[in-house]
Amino acid sequence: MTPLLAPGAIDCDIHPAVPNLAALLPYMDQPWREQVVVRGIDDLATIAYPANSPLTCRADWRPADKSVPASSLAQVRRDALDPFGTSIAIANCLYGVQALFSEDMAAAYATAVNRWMAAEWLDKEPRLRASIIVAAQGPELAVDEIERWAHDKRFVQVLLLVSGATPLGKRALWPIYRAAEKYGLAIGIHAGSAYHNPPTSVGWPTYYTEDYVSQAQAFQSQLTSMICEGVFNKFPNLKVVLLESGFTWLPAHLWRLTKFWRGLRMEIPWVDRAPADIVRSNVRLSLQPVDGPPDRDSLLRIFDHMQSDELILFSTDYPHWQFDGTAAIPDGLPADLVRKMTHDNPRATYARLLETVA
Amino acid sequence: MSRHVVAAVGEIAPGDRKLVTVRGRPIAIFNLGGEYFGLLNRCPHQGGPMCEGKTTGLVQASEPGKYLYSKADEVIRCPWHNWEFDIRTGQSYCEPDRNSVRAYPVEVTAGAALVEGPYVAETISVNVAERYLVVDV
Repeated sequence: MTPLLAPGAIDCDIHPAVPNLAALLPYMDQPWREQVVVRGIDDLATIAYPANSPLTCRADWRPADKSVPASSLAQVRRDALDPFGTSIAIANCLYGVQALFSEDMAAAYATAVNRWMAAEWLDKEPRLRASIIVAAQGPELAVDEIERWAHDKRFVQVLLLVSGATPLGKRALWPIYRAAEKYGLAIGIHAGSAYHNPPTSVGWPTYYTEDYVSQAQAFQSQLTSMICEGVFNKFPNLKVVLLESGFTWLPAHLWRLTKFWRGLRMEIPWVDRAPADIVRSNVRLSLQPVDGPPDRDSLLRIFDHMQSDELILFSTDYPHWQFDGTAAIPDGLPADLVRKMTHDNPRATYARLLETVA
Repeated sequence: MSRHVVAAVGEIAPGDRKLVTVRGRPIAIFNLGGEYFGLLNRCPHQGGPMCEGKTTGLVQASEPGKYLYSKADEVIRCPWHNWEFDIRTGQSYCEPDRNSVRAYPVEVTAGAALVEGPYVAETISVNVAERYLVVDV
């Protein structure tokens, strides 16, 4: 086992999973509970994480009984919390709620997932926090869902998928950002797609490799959209966290965006400072997957290019297979940077982590 | 510093500009409704010829979607990469803290005063009855 680099770390991205649809039914309102049974609706499993893909679950984290990985609290404690000395972990449940075309049905599922999360996880494990699942298909219903949980400080974030139906900067989604800012919730944007559009900007790819790798381009598009549409000018206190996004692309993308902003500023005049400055004040990214270069010096150069040690939040991305053992933090990073990623940056990003849990 | 006669007042129509060379420096002289301003004809970005750019107003915003328009025709855009500069001051509107183009004050002076010196007028013949644009370089 690799020795722990950061005892008491705050893990900003783990994925407790819905074991099966039956587990959600007690938390689902009528008429949807009945509809699920009468229609014979199956689990909302998207192709974002194919069940047998090595990426979907690390081999030593796969349950022997073939149940859904990360779907029991015992597994999560044993594999995600205890080995890393984690003090707090933020649960981002990936269930296919966002793919539904019915706004009402999607909202009912989102509510069920959140109730299930509160009762089956947060009530039982004090180290856990969670993101509020919303269906951005219906922004008004998403705001209702945020308000349903806003009083519960164990929910620290609102979760969106990087590929939904529209660019995330669009004003139709602003009620979600307004509510998040009002209640001190971050907006988490996680890898994954509603599959309402092709997962790449150039059309449907053939292979899973393409699908997964292309998520980085989707993150770039969404970051660009939110900056150019003025989300951070309208909601200056909003924190946006890119989850499972990778981060090595960030400096080059910001060079490009800032370069063209200089010449096209007049088109988006509300963007009154360089995009790179906006990112440094409002945007954070989770650590895993580190798709960086294999050697320490090249990775450190990327941190230099980011011109900040406050952008990256520690994450294991459990149970996704991004590293082995407990080596979630790349070797050779300076101790003060590790401390920032694992403790200071998450606390500065998620205001609610500091508030006493009622 | 010396003062150089670069044009007769009537030579540059309102809204127009003229490229002159003073002590080896290419300087674009702009006429904004009868006020004159000089900018180095070299964009601080990559050296684009400012004199050949389009003039526009200034678009700002109080918030997304709330446009504020001012300074009609007082902004010059570099023809190479569209960076905007205030013709009156040389200040850029992308990252004003970091970028500006060198501005040269332009003075309107009567020909009668010019003949008394000290002014340099290598290429312009001065007529005492006319008025001239004088640049301090």
